[in-house]
Amino acid sequence: MFDKLFPPKKMMLPGGKIVLQKRSRTPLVVLILAVCTVLSAQFTNFSFPVLFDRIHEFFTIINKMIPPDWGSLSGIWSPLLDTIKMSLLGSIIGAWIALPVAVAASSNIVQSRIVIIISKALLSLLRTLPTLVSALIATFVFGLGSMAGTVAIMLFTISYVGKLLYEQIENVDMGAFEAMESLGMTRLEAFRFAVLPQVLPGYISTSLYCFEGNVRYAAILGLVGAGGIGLLINEGLGWRDYPAVGMIILVLIVTVYAIERVSEHFRKKLI
Amino acid sequence: MNSIDKQLAAAPRNQLYLGTIAIILAALFVWSMTAVSFNQIDQNSLKIAKNIVHGLTHPDTELLFNVSKQSVLYLLLETVAIAFLGTVVGAVLAVPLAFLAASNIVPKPLSWLTRLLLIIIRTVPALVYGLMLIRVTGPGAFAGVLTVGITSIGMLAKLYVDAIEELDTRVLESMTSVGCTTFEKIRFGIIPQLMSTFLSVMIYRFDMNMREASILGLVGAGGIGAPLIFAMRSYKWDQVGSILIGLVVLILMIEFFSNKIRAKLVRG
Repeated sequence: MFDKLFPPKKMMLPGGKIVLQKRSRTPLVVLILAVCTVLSAQFTNFSFPVLFDRIHEFFTIINKMIPPDWGSLSGIWSPLLDTIKMSLLGSIIGAWIALPVAVAASSNIVQSRIVIIISKALLSLLRTLPTLVSALIATFVFGLGSMAGTVAIMLFTISYVGKLLYEQIENVDMGAFEAMESLGMTRLEAFRFAVLPQVLPGYISTSLYCFEGNVRYAAILGLVGAGGIGLLINEGLGWRDYPAVGMIILVLIVTVYAIERVSEHFRKKLI
Repeated sequence: MNSIDKQLAAAPRNQLYLGTIAIILAALFVWSMTAVSFNQIDQNSLKIAKNIVHGLTHPDTELLFNVSKQSVLYLLLETVAIAFLGTVVGAVLAVPLAFLAASNIVPKPLSWLTRLLLIIIRTVPALVYGLMLIRVTGPGAFAGVLTVGITSIGMLAKLYVDAIEELDTRVLESMTSVGCTTFEKIRFGIIPQLMSTFLSVMIYRFDMNMREASILGLVGAGGIGAPLIFAMRSYKWDQVGSILIGLVVLILMIEFFSNKIRAKLVRG
């Protein structure tokens, strides 16, 4: 299509041979991107004058956050621990549930096409649902509190770990599996001894990585009433108590960084 | 003792290590169990769950397909616009930060400081930026664009840095040896190496920003989140159903195309 509109450039080589050089697609892509950018800018009322005029407000808020209000530290611990508990519990349960779902979704282990399609569709549906939305729905069913947050994190973990795990299982070397089956093992036994050892390091590493991300997600779930530190952030910003918010953010950064370090250490060991 | 037994005996024994980790994990699990309680679930919540499922399976088609400013289609378009422009803003802002954080370009202390800044930017939750930026621009899609932009910087810059640090410097050396100017070296030596990775990372981030933009409405920063939360708060589950269906279909479509384009970019 593109080549018909803009015919390739003809070039005569010294030997008399004619070669075609296809026109670069870069100008077209740049044009499309530029048009999209302008349209989006109009659609969202993006304006530089407003931005330059009022961006100092943003830095005023940041200035007020420094120095943080150390006095509010004592009230932060309990919601912070709640946040960590929520993400830990959600990640552990979610990672466990992801294992059977991922096995049911991998086409080299399960033979029934229907089971595979249903499990894959379930995983991608869960993955597209933003965590905050599932947390909101969960607050209606499980009431306000960390239970709802845990459920939301669990659902996200299932979808994330499940997807990466079934991709791993599908890429596994099936030779050992077939050999064990031919020796008279059942499919389940063969899976346990041939496939699981191959995917286990990847599975644990993905789960750990997911847990890291979940701590971040859990921090905002409180905004919709699903427990944890988000509630405090929301209150602090609502009351314009910026030093307290600064303290929460500082504590959050330290916690997330520490968890990332620990999990990175173990992930490096696994692979 | 045959060779198989010998091999088995020679295998490393780290039961103590594994056992310790298992015990720590079990303890953490039990500890985190204290966060949840089941006593809030009663007859009522089952009824609500039933209503939700009913609403999700019987969506409000009127809301889904009309063409006014409250329709799902319009709101989805707004969400895409926020995510797209936010990605562009973030991608532009991330480039200088990425070069400042690459340890093969700037001195170690500076790169370390920039990395620290990136970690801080990445850790602050998107909704916090949203709430702060609303004070700057007022509620609306503009605040959403800025929020998405700032939240994108962290990840984009981190992945850019990886690409910059893997730059093949031999290409630059050979260009110097044939007498290229600095501009030519950047244009023909550096940009071709970085462009495909940068683009691929941007498209990936756009994919993620769709999700981000769809929840920003919760704090009033435009997009489909606000109607979603209003519908939920007023228990109109059929409207929630139609919004969620629209959102899920759109996100799946964008994911499909972004995977296609990225696969093409990687293969060159």
